[in-house]
Amino acid sequence: MSGISIDDITSANLVALDMEAGDQWAAIDALADLLDADGRLTDRDSYVQAVYAREKDTGGTAMGMGIAIPHAKSSGVRTAGVAFGRPKAPLAYGEEEADLIFMIAAPEGEHNLHVKVLQQLARRLMHESFREGLREASTPEEVVDLMRAQIST
Amino acid sequence: MKFVGVTACPTGIAHSAMAAEALETKAKEMGHEIEIEIHGASGAEFVDPQVIRDADAIIIASDATVSERNRFDGKPTVEVRLREAMDKPGEVIERAMRAAEKGAAGAATDAAAQEEAEDEAVPTDMGGTGWGAEVRRWLMTGVSYMIPFVVAGGILIALAFALGGAVQVTETDVYKDFTIPAMIFKIGSTAFGMLVPILAGFIAYAMADRPGIAPGVVGGLIANEIGAGFLGGIVAGLLAGAVIILLKKIKLPGGFGRLMPILVYPLVGCLVVGALMITVLGQPIAALTTGLQNWLGSLEGANSILLGIILGSMMAFDMGGPVNKAAYAFAIAGLAGGAFGPMAAVMAAGMTPPLALALATAVRGKLFTPAEQRAGQANWVMGASFITEGAIPFAAADPLRVIPSMMVGSAITASLSLAFGATLRAPHGGIFVIGLIGNWPLYLLAIAIGTVVSAALVILAKGIGRDTKGEAAAS
Repeated sequence: MSGISIDDITSANLVALDMEAGDQWAAIDALADLLDADGRLTDRDSYVQAVYAREKDTGGTAMGMGIAIPHAKSSGVRTAGVAFGRPKAPLAYGEEEADLIFMIAAPEGEHNLHVKVLQQLARRLMHESFREGLREASTPEEVVDLMRAQIST
Repeated sequence: MKFVGVTACPTGIAHSAMAAEALETKAKEMGHEIEIEIHGASGAEFVDPQVIRDADAIIIASDATVSERNRFDGKPTVEVRLREAMDKPGEVIERAMRAAEKGAAGAATDAAAQEEAEDEAVPTDMGGTGWGAEVRRWLMTGVSYMIPFVVAGGILIALAFALGGAVQVTETDVYKDFTIPAMIFKIGSTAFGMLVPILAGFIAYAMADRPGIAPGVVGGLIANEIGAGFLGGIVAGLLAGAVIILLKKIKLPGGFGRLMPILVYPLVGCLVVGALMITVLGQPIAALTTGLQNWLGSLEGANSILLGIILGSMMAFDMGGPVNKAAYAFAIAGLAGGAFGPMAAVMAAGMTPPLALALATAVRGKLFTPAEQRAGQANWVMGASFITEGAIPFAAADPLRVIPSMMVGSAITASLSLAFGATLRAPHGGIFVIGLIGNWPLYLLAIAIGTVVSAALVILAKGIGRDTKGEAAAS
């Protein structure tokens, strides 16, 4: 459809299973590191600040079902990406608990094709089968395969 | 139904997308159509304006400001937090359905629709999707605009009866012999004169927007003139809506296109609807009224139970339409000829429908819309005063369930009244002419029995074909 596929926005490098993180802020920091190491950020700090701000202003991005989607559009982002973290045990996330954490980085600017793919990914999270698959996946590659299967390109 | 959804969050990526998915999945599951635009800070891809025009309601699920909201002005709108749309999409959609049903009716500002939607006492009674639901929405719209006229007219007339005597006020010309009760009666009956035009006009409005009103009202006025009653008004409204919908399909270029709403819709709409009402409906209704009167005349001296069943069912069938009028005229003829039983029976049968609906809304309010519940309480006064019109909003909104229920109770009441030998020496007045009623204690019993029967039946009927699942979820 768009020529943009899941492989443009994520990879096994951006998946952390059994992530060590004590709380949501630690999880955000850890996932930001992955995005940064993957070369998707130009200014890690400004991106992370934007994510923190997003968490604080509308009551957090945990939305039940064990999902949290910390995210921001920021000028500190070079190319859109999504990092996935799955802590060993659900961690306290705002007023919720989350064990599936998707952190989305989107560059400033218009409604681009990456955004479409990210939207699609977020939509699929509403489906329990996808969430269960993510909980059961044993390798980062498996997680990326699951995501790829969910996104029609 | 058709909905347009707007989900908005600051980035327009994550939560708005999740909420969109939740609403879309649930709407499909419930058999509705929905088109959703996902808003972020940098805007959104707007849905086609035609889709908005066609939508029954707008669902806004937002944790951010929605840009260009004025595109939805005038549509019934339900507004929720994103989280609600994600967690309880079914409830949100049901609220939108209720807003569509009633919000389309009221001045559908956001606030009004919201208020309606939040009225959790309202049952979701769609009776299925597609055409049935659509027609019901049209009828509900017409009814909701009509109700204030019913309430004002009915209570003023009852007040006039109480103050000035039912027979005196109906026979006084207020412009010649001014009395306060005669004036109040005049005002009330003027309000009643608008029932059918308003019903017809706003059924057409629900179908075809503003251009529907003029042909609908004109058709409704003609329905009054030809004595077609509220059923004639429903026909006029549906006809007017259909004619305008057809006219809107004609696309003319440039200057001619601009003339359509100014000149062609009102002119052609009124002409076509009026002509059809007069030629196609007028003659048969006149013939029907005469035929029914002759037929009733031939029944004189028939078994009183049978006569009661016939007169009672006729009174409740169209509440002021040709069938009702034929029964009433038969009773008036009896009155002139010294037979006072039929008059008593006919009045009792005309009192039970509003009383039964007042009772039904009192004991099972949840089966009715908030507007109906309010109208229901005014029906105690109207029923007691033999103002059958109080039942019209209920009958017009849901004819198939309400009319048969009312007919059975009225038939029983009329039969009992005749069997008890009750008599009445006045043409009108309800409880205010009780001094002119022969055998009044049993007469009141007959009315009470019919009232309870009709109320029970309408409560049962309202339970048929209702989406009980939806109701459970809404509570």
